[in-house]
Amino acid sequence: MLSGQLVGSLFSMAGRVCVSRGSARSGAIGPVEAAIRTKLEQALNPEVLELRNESGGHAVPPGSETHFRVAVVSSRFEGLSPLQRHRLVHAALSDELAGPVHALAIQARTPAQWRENPQLDTSPPCLGGSKKTRGTP
Amino acid sequence: MSGSLGRAAAALLCWGHSAGGGLWGPGVRAASSGGSGSSEHLDMLVKKDRVVVFLKGPPEQPQCGFSNTVVQILRLHSIRDYAVYNVLDDPQLQQGIKAYSNWPTIPQVYLNSEFVGGCDILLQMHQNGDLVEELKKLGIRSTLLDEKKDQDSK
Repeated sequence: MLSGQLVGSLFSMAGRVCVSRGSARSGAIGPVEAAIRTKLEQALNPEVLELRNESGGHAVPPGSETHFRVAVVSSRFEGLSPLQRHRLVHAALSDELAGPVHALAIQARTPAQWRENPQLDTSPPCLGGSKKTRGTP
Repeated sequence: MSGSLGRAAAALLCWGHSAGGGLWGPGVRAASSGGSGSSEHLDMLVKKDRVVVFLKGPPEQPQCGFSNTVVQILRLHSIRDYAVYNVLDDPQLQQGIKAYSNWPTIPQVYLNSEFVGGCDILLQMHQNGDLVEELKKLGIRSTLLDEKKDQDSK
């Protein structure tokens, strides 16, 4: 399986293209992940879109689509503050965020920013969420 | 970001080791019952203190990795006196703050009554030095500002 960076460098010669990398572990892409990808492509016309379903690392049933991390690289972010960029992403995914998606980690970069550091960050480990038994007060 | 700040950040944000504070006591304000999700109530909460965060879990034992990141960042800057509201204790608060901020997730950070963002944005501000500057404007001296000045003067 080609690494994201190698894929990116191969495709950059072909001009703008959407490089989507789905969930590494789960294999099949679920409907929520597919919807997120489609909506972000339509709303932001990204040069790069890396989306990872991180639900497997959280206290939710197998096959869940509740926790995601996304890196969106789009020239539409030029001149926008981080808050404005995140709000654009949220707006595109309002149905998902009102529904199944509990957590969405966002990296919203301009093309120049992405070239400086072209990788999806990692999320911190789950600390149990609301299901964790409370410790001593 | 200078090397020492980066190293300090890496040490304390080492995911496997950080598990909330406990060494300090932030001014944890409990959200009152009844109307805790109302915009009037939330308006009051975000204006009452200069630094206000809404978390999943208490700051000494966050129950979400992203909420923990916020706690750790504030700890790195030695910010001790800030308001923390645990949304897991109050579903009305959890829903209310999402509507009030027009932001779909927790954690949420307010500085000087203004919504700043969630974990990703606070982390970005911490890494690029913006957080130190924003705290300075609020009259809060981050200990990382002193470190930065030491670095700059060498």
